Amino acid sequence: MSTVTLSHLLRSQESSLLEAWLAEQRRSGNVRNLIADSDLKRQSAEFIQLLQQTVAEGDSTDYSSSTISREMRRFLDSITGDRAQLGFSPSETATFIFSFKRPLFEAIRTSTNDVTAQIDEVWNSSLLLDRLGLYVTESHQKAREGIILRQQQEMLELSTPVVKLWDGVLALPIIGTLDSSRTQTIMESLLERIVETGSEIAIIDITGVPTVDTLTAQHLLKTVTAARLMGAECIISGIRPQIAQTIVHLGVELGDVVTKASLADAFKIALQRTGFALAKRSSITAVK
Amino acid sequence: MEHIPILRMGEFLLITVQVDMHDRLAMKLQDDLTERIVRFGSRGVLIDISGLEIVDSFIGRMLGNIASVSRILDAETVVVGMQPAVAITLVELGLELPGIRTALSVERGMQILRREAELAGLEVLKDANMEEDGNPPE
Repeated sequence: MSTVTLSHLLRSQESSLLEAWLAEQRRSGNVRNLIADSDLKRQSAEFIQLLQQTVAEGDSTDYSSSTISREMRRFLDSITGDRAQLGFSPSETATFIFSFKRPLFEAIRTSTNDVTAQIDEVWNSSLLLDRLGLYVTESHQKAREGIILRQQQEMLELSTPVVKLWDGVLALPIIGTLDSSRTQTIMESLLERIVETGSEIAIIDITGVPTVDTLTAQHLLKTVTAARLMGAECIISGIRPQIAQTIVHLGVELGDVVTKASLADAFKIALQRTGFALAKRSSITAVK
Repeated sequence: MEHIPILRMGEFLLITVQVDMHDRLAMKLQDDLTERIVRFGSRGVLIDISGLEIVDSFIGRMLGNIASVSRILDAETVVVGMQPAVAITLVELGLELPGIRTALSVERGMQILRREAELAGLEVLKDANMEEDGNPPE
């Protein structure tokens, strides 16, 4: 009877299938020594168990269309999640499923002499495994997207530090591209720190901003204007030669905003405005 | 009818906005303020808006108008204590209040007004010197 073969095969030959599959996975080299042998063995064994369930639950004549059970989904999600974390590519992750075909087909071939039954079995199980493989690819994609989203959020939080350089002087080193949401975060944190510290001067350092377009310039000007409305003055520093050219080329009007080439220059101006002067110790003693 | 108090401190006027301004209140403030500046001959106006948490385009424009009117009446105007949220809103509304002086706190605002008054006083002194000996001082 061909209809019970797969379910039967998976149960009766579980251990030999597992062995053959593990060997196959090692040979295809997609494991890359990133997953411990014991983990791989456990995952493979669990997959065979779940596949057995899926086949048993489905229509016995056409299990290729049987639904992927929730346990199976959860299991596949968890292993793809791990693999995505470890830096596996989608095809490497899907190979985990696809590499099961060879040992399975081998087992089908040896189980019966009826060629028609063999072909049916192979076709049906192939369809099922393909669907599982596609599901794994999708799940891998989702896991990667999740990782990217989390990294973006972390970068957003990390990249807006407002540092105090001196009494009444704040510095805001901006690193990375300025978009609307980042500007909003930056603006809010800067203005809040201005109130907190009562600083009169804020230096916005754009050394780490790779490109400046009209939108970025507009965002910068907005920040400067908002700070001015609150009674603090902004100095923009760290303008690289190309960026200076771009700003002029784009016709961006920076208005009466003070700009300096380096953070050091900006700091010097800030100290002057707050009434401080820097002097070498030797020159002070010479004056005395 | 409620109104925003205008306090006289020597040659300066002090306005503290403690409530959320609505349109009528803002217009009344403008009327009252111009009248006081003329009556007392004030040289400076300090508007403390640290209590103001909500602004719309009208209030933003009124703030600008009040400052402009005071400047025409030769009173230096300093807006102090603007909340970050208010500053962001005004910028987003495109009301950048050009030409208005701002400061972080009332104390800093007073410093600015005093400095301005001193500078103005110095000029008067210079003019007096020139009249005495007929020659400009060195």
